[in-house]
Amino acid sequence: MIHAHEHRFFTLFLPLLLLLVFLLFPFYWTFVTSVKPEAELAGPVTYWPKRITFEAYSKLFTTTVNFFSAMKNSFIVALSTSVVTLFVATLASYAFSRFKFAGRKFLMCLFLSNNMFPTVLLLLPLYAIMRKMGLLYTHTSLILSYTTFTIPFSVWLLNGFFNDLPMSMEEAAMIDGCNRAQAFIKIILPILTPCIVATGVYIFMNSWNEYTFAMLFTNNATRTIPVALKNLIGQLGVEWDLLTAGGIVTIVPVCIMFFFAQKRLVAGLTAGAVKG
Amino acid sequence: MEKNKTVWPYLLVTPAVLVILLVVFVPVVHAFLMSFQSYDLRRPKEIAFIGLQNYGEMIADPLFWSALLRTVAWVVFGVGFQFIFGFSLALLLNKYFFGRGVIRAVSMVPWVTPGVLIGLMWRWIYDGNFGVLNDVLMRLGILKDKIPFLSQTTTALPCVIVAIIWQGIPFFALMLLAALQVVPEELYEAAEMDGANHIQKFFSVTIPSIKNTICITLLLRVIWVANSVDVIFNMTEGGPAYSTQTLSVYIYNKGSSLNLGYASCMAIVLALLLALVAVPYLKSTFRSAS
Repeated sequence: MIHAHEHRFFTLFLPLLLLLVFLLFPFYWTFVTSVKPEAELAGPVTYWPKRITFEAYSKLFTTTVNFFSAMKNSFIVALSTSVVTLFVATLASYAFSRFKFAGRKFLMCLFLSNNMFPTVLLLLPLYAIMRKMGLLYTHTSLILSYTTFTIPFSVWLLNGFFNDLPMSMEEAAMIDGCNRAQAFIKIILPILTPCIVATGVYIFMNSWNEYTFAMLFTNNATRTIPVALKNLIGQLGVEWDLLTAGGIVTIVPVCIMFFFAQKRLVAGLTAGAVKG
Repeated sequence: MEKNKTVWPYLLVTPAVLVILLVVFVPVVHAFLMSFQSYDLRRPKEIAFIGLQNYGEMIADPLFWSALLRTVAWVVFGVGFQFIFGFSLALLLNKYFFGRGVIRAVSMVPWVTPGVLIGLMWRWIYDGNFGVLNDVLMRLGILKDKIPFLSQTTTALPCVIVAIIWQGIPFFALMLLAALQVVPEELYEAAEMDGANHIQKFFSVTIPSIKNTICITLLLRVIWVANSVDVIFNMTEGGPAYSTQTLSVYIYNKGSSLNLGYASCMAIVLALLLALVAVPYLKSTFRSAS
């Protein structure tokens, strides 16, 4: 018995612990830094703050940094992107899952190949296009871009969810006199709501986190959180208590959403790859 | 699936196709055209077709070649170690133990962390004066003096590679864990009957059963990591002395300095190189879609 325990220690718990320390230490360190008094950061390294303070957080929202408006912008962009993408992707994946039509395979590949293009390749011409269309520095430019980049994976996810749902349910409803749209809204949508929400979380996270496009497509008034965070680094240089506080504020909403949606999200994300 | 002829499916996919055409295919064509022009927004009056001049300039540009080489190192070491550690994590999380669900969820968090924050966190860890890595290594007696990890040309690249490894472990773990869970138990039982030990079972049952998932995940990651800008950009902006400037970061830097023609030319080349990787992936999805 003792032998079995030791065995499990070396083959399971020890390597798992090491990996988790590697994966989670940066978060611990970021948090600890954000609650240390400023003076403690410049001295010898301490692994737990001598005194906990939330000064950095209040500075983040009250001083020139104006993190609040960046948060607002991020919310607007991420939420709008989620709504638009979900609408478009739900329609498309319903078509892929329920109809066999000429060009279906081609279109599915078109959607997936979307993820293959280097972002920098799209970034530069899009910058020129947005400039011409007068969309540069507006939320719309980001929403439009993010919608496109999140469509492929969203279609992939939703397609998997749709495929798991037997056709007989809609057919029964249609025999009972519903038309296709009614069957979809009354039967499919309620069942799939949790899956659609999970997909929405994926879209939200991606839009919330995106930096490369946001950097070029926003100005002071429209910049999103990642850009604000990057600007903080430029402005403050070494004020790590503020920077890390900004980091924590950035990731907390995403983490909360992820934990709620992670089971379905993971199931949907991996289903295609495992079957394929 | 319905086979009757109806316009429904076409109507349903139209919005998605329109957005993709506008935001992906128009720009790709645009980029292709720009790569043959002297398209510099700082000199808007001089925009004109110049044939292959950008491409010629690129071939003669030592920064392009060193960036390309660095991209190879970035991808090989970055994705390689992501795979090794991600696979290990998947194997560990596939075993039963108390609290497994929570550990699974928590270990995925690096995957949802924005690139800017990854850059920021690791910059602070690597900091030359007050960084925790220096402190740990000195306490362990490995270092005598503090190292400014990100401002030395010798250490900067390995350091940013560690950050991208950290970011990519969860995705590999996620995909491979899902594949491991559907490997039929009978295969292991049969191998055991044949007297296979753990290592033999791993190579003759586990690996062949999840081969497809391994390939797809590797391909996806290679493409994503090769294209990634934000992690490097937020740690070093490609420096010091270009020592962390991968091709996509170089393109981004050129684009930010508004030389869109030359940047597009390099972006086209990067896209073509990645297409070599993507083609087998697309072929396999094409097959599974049918």
